[in-house]
Amino acid sequence: MTFQSGIPDGPLKEKWDVFKAKMKLVSPANKKKKRIIVVGTGLAGASAAATLGELGYHVDAFTILDSPRRSHSIAAQGGINSTKNYPYDGDSVWRLFYDTIKGGDYRSREANTYRLAQLSANIIDQAVAQGVPFAREYGGELANRSFGGAQVSRTFYAKGQTGQQLLLGAYSALMRQVDAKKSGGDGIPGVTMYTRREMLDLVLVDGVAKGIIVRNLITGEIERYAGDAVLLCTGGYGRAYFLSTNAFNSNGTAAWRAHKRGAYFANPCYVQIHPTCIPASGDYQSKLTLMSESLRNDGRVWVPKSSEDAKAIQTGKKTAVDIKEADRDYYLERRYPSFGNLVPRDVASRNAKNMCDKNLGVNPTGRAVYLDFEREIKAQGYETIKDKYGNLFDMYKKIAGDDPYKTPMKIYPAVHYTMGGLWVDYSLMSNIPGLFVLGEANFSDHGANRLGASALMQGLADGYFVIPHTLGNYLATEKPEKVDTQHPAFQSAEDDTKEYFQSIMDVASKNKSNKEGRTVIDIYRELGHVMYNDVGVSRTKEGLEHALEKIPKIRESFWSDLKLPGETNTFSKYIEVAGRTADFLELAELMARDALEREESAGGHFREEYQTDEGEAKRVDEDFSYVAAWEWKGANEPHVLNKENLVFENVQLTQRSYK
Amino acid sequence: MANKNFKLEVWRQDGPNAQGNFESFDIEINEHASFLEMLDHLNEQIMNEGGRPIEFDSDCREGICGSCGCVVNGAAHGPERETAVCQLHMRTFQNGETITIEPFRAKAFPIVRDLVVDREAFDRIQEKGGYVSVNTGPKPDANSIKIGKERSDEAFDAATCIGCGACVAACPNASASLFVGARLKHFGLMPQGAPERGRRTLRMVHQMDDEGFGPCSNIGECEAACPKGISISAIAHMKRDFLFANLGFHK
Repeated sequence: MTFQSGIPDGPLKEKWDVFKAKMKLVSPANKKKKRIIVVGTGLAGASAAATLGELGYHVDAFTILDSPRRSHSIAAQGGINSTKNYPYDGDSVWRLFYDTIKGGDYRSREANTYRLAQLSANIIDQAVAQGVPFAREYGGELANRSFGGAQVSRTFYAKGQTGQQLLLGAYSALMRQVDAKKSGGDGIPGVTMYTRREMLDLVLVDGVAKGIIVRNLITGEIERYAGDAVLLCTGGYGRAYFLSTNAFNSNGTAAWRAHKRGAYFANPCYVQIHPTCIPASGDYQSKLTLMSESLRNDGRVWVPKSSEDAKAIQTGKKTAVDIKEADRDYYLERRYPSFGNLVPRDVASRNAKNMCDKNLGVNPTGRAVYLDFEREIKAQGYETIKDKYGNLFDMYKKIAGDDPYKTPMKIYPAVHYTMGGLWVDYSLMSNIPGLFVLGEANFSDHGANRLGASALMQGLADGYFVIPHTLGNYLATEKPEKVDTQHPAFQSAEDDTKEYFQSIMDVASKNKSNKEGRTVIDIYRELGHVMYNDVGVSRTKEGLEHALEKIPKIRESFWSDLKLPGETNTFSKYIEVAGRTADFLELAELMARDALEREESAGGHFREEYQTDEGEAKRVDEDFSYVAAWEWKGANEPHVLNKENLVFENVQLTQRSYK
Repeated sequence: MANKNFKLEVWRQDGPNAQGNFESFDIEINEHASFLEMLDHLNEQIMNEGGRPIEFDSDCREGICGSCGCVVNGAAHGPERETAVCQLHMRTFQNGETITIEPFRAKAFPIVRDLVVDREAFDRIQEKGGYVSVNTGPKPDANSIKIGKERSDEAFDAATCIGCGACVAACPNASASLFVGARLKHFGLMPQGAPERGRRTLRMVHQMDDEGFGPCSNIGECEAACPKGISISAIAHMKRDFLFANLGFHK
């Protein structure tokens, strides 16, 4: 299979222009003859489907949820970066590019990251034109705030609901195309929306992506859809950890099934553990809730200096207000004077873990640090803080039961985002021709760590501004042959899907009255424990080897002990979860293997054996400056590692320092 | 961290056309668990005994996606104000309390199974005009459109609707006016939405009627049930714009 990044020639600043100048176009008459499949309707999928519909393609869009408006992009809180430079504080395309590539610890492609920075300004213009109600100043202009890993104020926001407002913007554009299609009739381009459908397989004809097999989650029926290209916009795989900030239905299944059909999975070990989440409180916990990083603009992170004070807090004998200013350790401000509380996420998470490892944690489990607003409430006033973070404070109060206006929040790191994903070239096409991967589902822009307010940016850049050009170029250059769902490849993929699905149900039916049987959630939680302990904030050779021993055993348990409700021809949530868990049990092993093979620390991948004297991540550029693109070889065969070397012509690789 | 005991009366219905009934369960759970975590825990118990778990929708579990929603003790999303059921915690309930759990009930929201309902009518209303008709492509600089902070904030407040359907479930008429009003108010207050204001209003209101939602008679239950605190003034906005649009304004 092909494995070339396809980066255009020319200087970095001109590469995207060079691509657009050389790309081939699809004529309006021919666009009408093309069907495009879009799987997932978050920011990347909704923006891509809407734009392709506007351009005149027939688009079939799929979501596992009951409405595209509910996709998990909606939960993004803090904001979206853009190089508008309205605050006039020295921002530029180069600076956003540089911050992003440095923040990613030099493990992303220069050309992709630069293009992302270039497109960032268009996104804000587009969203405003759609009526997205960003925060504004009294004079009527757009407001900005700062985010981690940057020294300029380049983040646009809508209170703590930026993801919601941007998704509703993309969703509204999408629904406009649904209306165009419905009102126009069969021949008229636009979008046909398929809700509550889960992609279970990718259909290849002579090695080219031609369609998908989905399960209708209401009727349980297996359905086929054919297209001239398939776009996966299905998000990340953070739910491999069971507990994460991801939504209950977020999963890695579509990407993993495509991987098993030949798509390379790149850098699976790059997982972002977000520093500011509400800590877990008990074993009934189903998910963790993020508190936006924007809180670190005004919130100060601290723990008591002495473990005696921490012990007193853990046992309820003292509270935060009992600890005098002189007895508090504002450790981020102390260790990183120039970035302070706004260091990148991986650095903040690791520091929180280290403090708790030293028995300085501040909740009953000992796994929490304070995020304190007292000083800024005094300095800026209650109203200002409420205006900036009101809904976040309310959310915290609802979940934790404490009032952050009066006592500091307690926070702890949680899995949040996955930088790894399916391998794509500069056109966002995987190594399977015709299969494109957008947004969090691909690997390309964030390297080993994503900066805050960059996920929304990437999803929308991919969907609104990259794919319309690169997809057209593929269709016009390759002229993919038309196939329909009667092609034998569809029958064969459908048979495979049904057989695999049935094999899960067979285990369940065998265990129907087995007292020793285990529910899927029980098995899934066990996987999550192993992943947090061994493939989490910091990793060691021993830990990863332990995970590689343990995960296959959990997988065996799944395939022998699973208990499930038996009706497959109706809505059944746990049957959905079982299929996703089966995939995570395979993907998790690859994550651990990738983390073991990468004998360096980079961004979110921190190997304890590889750290600087100051305890920072230490890269080994001479050996690991590559993208690890893993190839599936079959159920009982080990994955094969393919390497794409990363070439840096424009930035100098340095040890990241936020001191 | 105390555990509490509850008696649950849960609506069970196999499918859209099946006969439904209440089923009783006993459960013990930590008071800091969320309401949906309590249902998760109950489902584990049920499945361990080989039974059929209770189906309910949920996704983000932080009150923003609008997937979850059921009627708890007669109130859509339960007793806490401005709180979606996923953010409701068991500390809100008394030890030993009986809790009744039912789906959102409305003609326009057919029951799929147990507590899961079909809310696609909302998407069909949105299709009729819940957007600004601009294509993707080069646009004027974002700051070339100035919008005062107060107006922008008001539009934002309306735009925070999560489309959960609690307003419909709470309304004795099963009206979707708060949902539709919130859309219309958001776009109506923004200059970007002005050119299509009349057409949008007429098309969305007519679709709302066609879907089988009832009329608004100013009862206000919708506002009380809304997990995002959307103000009933959105309905006033809708009614005014609907009148003006019918009179030929807002073209």
